[in-house]
Amino acid sequence: MDDATVARIQSSPAFNELVDKRKSFAWTLTILMLLIYFGFIALVAFAPSAIGVNIGGSITLGLPLGVAVILSAILLTGIYVWRANGQFDEMTRGIAASNGAGK
Amino acid sequence: MSRIATTSLAAASLALMTAQALAAGPLEAGTQQATNWTAIAMFVGFVAVTLGITYWAAQKTKSTKDFYAAGGGITGLQNGVAIAGDYMSAASFLGISALVYSTGYDGLIYSIGFLVGWPIIMFLMAEPLRNLGKFTFADVVSYRLQATPIRAMAATGTLVTVAFYLIAQMVGAGQLIELLFGLPYPYAVVIVGVLMILYVTFGGMIATTWVQIIKACLLLVGATMIAVMVLAQFGFDINAFLAKAVEVHPKHGAIMLPGAQVANPISAISLGMALMFGTAGLPHILMRFFTVKDAKEARKSVFWATTFIGYFYILTFIIGFGAIVLVSTNPAYLDAKGALLGGGNMPAIHLAHAVGGDVMKGFISAVAFATILAVVSGLTLSGASAVSHDLYASVFRHGRVAEGAELRASRITTIVLGIVAMALGILFEKVNVAFMVGLAFAIAASANFPVLLLSMLWRGLTTWGAFCGGFVGLIGAVGLTIFSPGIWVAILGHPAGSAPFPYTSPAIFTIPAAFLTCYVVSLLDSSRSAAAERQAFDAQYVRSQTGIGAEGAAAH
Repeated sequence: MDDATVARIQSSPAFNELVDKRKSFAWTLTILMLLIYFGFIALVAFAPSAIGVNIGGSITLGLPLGVAVILSAILLTGIYVWRANGQFDEMTRGIAASNGAGK
Repeated sequence: MSRIATTSLAAASLALMTAQALAAGPLEAGTQQATNWTAIAMFVGFVAVTLGITYWAAQKTKSTKDFYAAGGGITGLQNGVAIAGDYMSAASFLGISALVYSTGYDGLIYSIGFLVGWPIIMFLMAEPLRNLGKFTFADVVSYRLQATPIRAMAATGTLVTVAFYLIAQMVGAGQLIELLFGLPYPYAVVIVGVLMILYVTFGGMIATTWVQIIKACLLLVGATMIAVMVLAQFGFDINAFLAKAVEVHPKHGAIMLPGAQVANPISAISLGMALMFGTAGLPHILMRFFTVKDAKEARKSVFWATTFIGYFYILTFIIGFGAIVLVSTNPAYLDAKGALLGGGNMPAIHLAHAVGGDVMKGFISAVAFATILAVVSGLTLSGASAVSHDLYASVFRHGRVAEGAELRASRITTIVLGIVAMALGILFEKVNVAFMVGLAFAIAASANFPVLLLSMLWRGLTTWGAFCGGFVGLIGAVGLTIFSPGIWVAILGHPAGSAPFPYTSPAIFTIPAAFLTCYVVSLLDSSRSAAAERQAFDAQYVRSQTGIGAEGAAAH
C-alpha cells in the first residue's frame, strides 16, 4: 500500500465505521468476560460458603456456576466470531474493493 | 478488590505449582514400574502413524512458508484443535486432575482462570496478529521498527522462553515415561528428542500441527471415555456420584468449597499474572496464528480452541472426582502409607486402570507420552524459526538470503536444538526444575507480551523503546528469578529465607517495568528514525484492521 492509499482508507467513513464498531464490540465483550469471571471470583473470595450451598441432592451451587463461566467464555468467543466473520468481514471487503486492493 | 484478585490468582498459582510439580517434583518419589507392554504397543502405533504423516508432510514442505507456517493451509477447525493440543499438555491433564483429586473445587477454579485468558486474546490480539505477521511474532513487532535490533531482541526472548520450557518438558517427559513405561530415564529423553527432530526437520509445521491434532483427538477421546465410564458406574446419577466422593474424601464436604491456599498474596498475584499474560507471549502458541489463511480462519481457530479446552476442563473435573471415588478407596493403587503409587500426579492414570483395565491404562499412558512429544515439537519449531528466520535471515544476512538457504538453516537449527534439548534433559535429571515452567511464563509475559501488544496498538512505540523494554523484561525476569528462593535457596544452596527476592515469580514487577520502559524510552526518543516509525503506524494500522496486504495462503 502506498501512502496515498493509506491516507484515503484512513479518512474514509467506511474504515472509521468498521474500526469504531469493532473496537466497541471487542471491548464490550472483554469487559463482559471480566465481569463474569471476577463476579465468580468475588463469590469465591467473599462468600465461599455460597459455593457449597446444596441446590438439589449433593449438587452444590458452585458446580453449575463453574460450568456456566466456562460456557460463557465459549459463547462470547462464538458471538465475536459470528459477527466478525459476518458483518465486519463484509465491511472489510467493501473497503478493500473500493480501494482496488481486493484480497 | 485485593481479596478477589488474591483468591483468583491464588488459584492460578496453585495450578502453576501443579504444572511445575509435574515437570519435576513428585515423580522423583515414584518408583519405576514394571514394563508396560500395552502402553508401549499403543505408543509404537502412534509413532508409526505420525512418522507416516511426517513422510507425507515432507513431500509438501518445499518453502520456508511451508516449514514455518504449514503453507498457511491449515483450516480454522484444525488449528483450533492444535492450539487446544498445545494447551492440553501432560501437565494440565495429569496435573489438574490431580489437583481436583486432592483439593476438589479448587481444581475447577483454576481451570477457569486458565480458560478465560483465551476470549481476551481473541477480542484484542488475534486480528492484528494474523494481519501483520508472517512466521514469527518478531515479524509483527518489527513491522515498522528497525529489523536488526528488534529481531535480535525478539529472538532472544523466544529462545530463552523456549529453552526453559523445553528443559522442563524434557525432564518431565523422562521422569513420566520412566514411571509409566518402565523405561530408563536417558532412553526416554533420547526417544523424545529423536522423534521430535524427525517430525520437525522433515515435516516442519505441517507435521507438527498434525501430530498435535492427532494427539489432541486421542486425549479428548480418552478423557471422554474415562469420564463416561466413571459416570456409568453411578448410572449417570450425578447426585449419587458426588455424594460418594464427599463421603470417601478425607476432607469430606470441604471438597465442594473453595479452599484458598494462599501463603503469600504477592507471590500468588505475580504467578497469576505470569500465567495469564504469559499465554499471550508464548512463541509456540503465537506461531499458530500464522498457519491459517486469513483473520477469518484465525478467529475460528480461537473459537474452536476455547470450546475444546473448556470441554476438556469439564472432563478433567469429572476425572478428578472419579479418582476420589474409585482410586483413593482401592488399596491396589495405594502404597503402605496410603499414598498414591507412582506419586501425586497419577490419579488419572490409575483411574484409567480402575475403569478400563490394562488396555485403558496403556492407552492413556501412550497418550501422555504422545502429548509430551507433540508439545516439545512445537517448542523446537518455534525456537528454530527464531534462529533461522529472525537471526540468520534477517539480522545476519539482512534479508538477502535465498529461500533454500533459509530452509536449510532452519533444519540444521532444529537438529542442533534437539540435541541441546536432549543434553539438557539428561544434565538436569537430578535438578529440581520446578521453577522453570513458571520462569518460562514469566519471561514470555515480561519480555514478549508488552512489546508485542504495544507494537500493535500504540503509535508512539519506537525501536529503542521496544528494544529496551523487551530486555528490561527479559533480564529482570531471569535476574529476579535467580535471586528468588527457587534458585537461590533450592539450587545454589543458600540458607532458607536468605533469598534477596522473596517471591516465587517476578512477573508482578517485571511486566509493569517492561511496559514503563517501552513508554518512557519511546517518549524520550526524538531521533529522526523514531519520527518515521511513528509515521509508519498509519499504514500498519490500516493493514492490521483490514488485512489488506496481509500474508495469504501459499499457492499449492
